[in-house]
Amino acid sequence: MNAYLRSKKLWLLAAVVLSAVLSRFSGSINGYYLQVLIFIAINIILAVSLNLINGYTGQFSLGHAGFMAIGAYVSAYLSKDKSAGVLHALGGGEFAIVVVFVGVLIAGGLAAALAGLLVGVPSLRLRGDYLAIVTLGFGEIIRVVIQNTDAVNGASGYSGVPSYTTLFWAYALAALTIYIVVSLIDSTYGRGFLTVRDDEVAAEAMGIDTTRRKVVAFVTGSFFAGLAGGLFAHETTYINPAGFDFQKSIEIVVMVILGGMGNTAGVAFAAVLLTTLGEYLRFVAKYEWLPDWLRRIADNRTIIYALVLIALMLLRPQGLFGGIRAFGGGPARQLPKKA
Amino acid sequence: MEANGQSALLDLQRCTVRFGGLTAVSELDMRIGAHDLVGLIGPNGAGKTTVFNIVTGVYKPTTGSITFAGERIAGLRPHRIAHKGIARTFQNIRLFASLSVFDNVRAAFNLRCKHTFVHALLRLPAFYKEEREIDAQVMELLDIFDLGRFRDVPCKSLSYGDQRRLEIVRALATRPKLLLLDEPAAGMNPIEKEGLTKLIRFIKDKFDIAVLLVEHDMKLVMGVCERIYVLDHGTKIAEGDPEAITRNPKVIEAYLGEEPAEAETDA
Ligand SMILES: Nc1ncnc2c1ncn2[C@@H]1O[C@H](COP(=O)(O)OP(=O)(O)OP(=O)(O)O)[C@@H](O)[C@H]1O
Ligand SMILES: [Mg+2]
Repeated sequence: MNAYLRSKKLWLLAAVVLSAVLSRFSGSINGYYLQVLIFIAINIILAVSLNLINGYTGQFSLGHAGFMAIGAYVSAYLSKDKSAGVLHALGGGEFAIVVVFVGVLIAGGLAAALAGLLVGVPSLRLRGDYLAIVTLGFGEIIRVVIQNTDAVNGASGYSGVPSYTTLFWAYALAALTIYIVVSLIDSTYGRGFLTVRDDEVAAEAMGIDTTRRKVVAFVTGSFFAGLAGGLFAHETTYINPAGFDFQKSIEIVVMVILGGMGNTAGVAFAAVLLTTLGEYLRFVAKYEWLPDWLRRIADNRTIIYALVLIALMLLRPQGLFGGIRAFGGGPARQLPKKA
Repeated sequence: MEANGQSALLDLQRCTVRFGGLTAVSELDMRIGAHDLVGLIGPNGAGKTTVFNIVTGVYKPTTGSITFAGERIAGLRPHRIAHKGIARTFQNIRLFASLSVFDNVRAAFNLRCKHTFVHALLRLPAFYKEEREIDAQVMELLDIFDLGRFRDVPCKSLSYGDQRRLEIVRALATRPKLLLLDEPAAGMNPIEKEGLTKLIRFIKDKFDIAVLLVEHDMKLVMGVCERIYVLDHGTKIAEGDPEAITRNPKVIEAYLGEEPAEAETDA
């Protein structure tokens, strides 16, 4: 068992090395496909981190895009406007870029985590669905604030962000996110998050500070949303507030539900699936031989997500991969016969 | 055997709980010594579970004080009280439904485990060592209660009686000084009830703790408790050893109100 547990670090190492190797060949990949591959990794980070909040800890956050926005804007602002000095001091080479990029990504993540703390502490002390309402409002507020911030060019969007994101960084950080969530949950401490989801009263009676647990999950999730935002900004090199709207938050929630709440592998897979589907539908919307109404549906993600959710609730309410052991879907062992 | 005399482990003084206009518990005095096995009985709605809820911090008493091991605990949050050494089971079983039998008990080790967030991520040798120790302790507890063979089974697929026992094991895993059992026999068959009587005595001796038992099954309460408190409409109407309680006219009257004397209500 020990050797098996220990291998988690090996898996992480293997994933990082693989990302590095693949990244070497990224030059030969068509630019558009490369970007889709990077979006997939970013969405994996978003979905897996939201799953810590909504899946494992049983809270309901609807504001993940808001935290992503904070990470995107903070990191973009720092790397575009504030990092010239550092780049110069470090000689401006590839090493200097890595230092700056990692630095601004972490700064973006920390800013998002701080926002998560400010939003989470007051709303997570209350039982019930306050978090959903508060995070919903928070996402909108963040957008309005950015729209009115001149330093990042307000509603017209912030362009000229350095293009630092590579296949390597995207997948190495996706692997790191998965590693962190999986390692956390696979510990006595981590099981505490699941008890909060299952029964808060019983968890408290067992000595678990449920409020604190919820805040820890929420702040950790927010940090990774910020990190994903940073990767996104340095991939597209142009960000605008509308890109981090409520629809983006819903998209991440749908990934979590589709993959099966509290099932990291399933959720990561759902992120791959939904990102690919979204890109494919872009083409479908351009097929002129299709009836007009169908093309309009294909072009409207809100409708697509709603359809996906309805189909899921009817066919597999536990999520696509819920209950499948290979995907970490909980204990499926049978009851032994009574002795 | 009497808790009177020196300082009691748990000491309730003039505790009153009101829900709006309803007085669920009224001016209750109650003392439990460190090695007592005390019963708390009374007809439905008498306020027994409410007493558990104020002792464990689910509710704060409207007035009155609660002292545990010399510290005032009234109004502390439940997890803080659990840390002080009070564990409980619930009238309606509250297991962690998505967790296995093993993990239900393991979760209770959060109270004492040294590793936290960072250690779970770094996974250094000390982390594995502690996890192995916890693993061994959980299995030891499960084996004592003959639940070891269900280790990886989802807790919800256990029989009703086994679920109740698992809840007791989970409470014991916090290493309490005082264990509160809320109707542990409810829904058990006669054979399981027989086993429960032995189990409660066994727990008291093996773990050397105080037990407060709420139970409707009179045979069980009379057979196992050294001292009994009787509540009716939130007021204590009697207190004494089983012998005295069965003969107390006030108690007989309170129970006559609902069913034949020595009623065996299955709530
Ligand atoms: N949270 C609450 N809000 C309002 N009234 C409550 C609350 N909890 C308990 N009560 C009321 O307080 C009274 C005592 O309830 P309690 O659950 O303590 O009784 P009990 O002795 O445990 O009964 P039973 O044998 O049925 O379990 C009842 O009238 C109940 O309706
Ligand atoms: Mg009750």
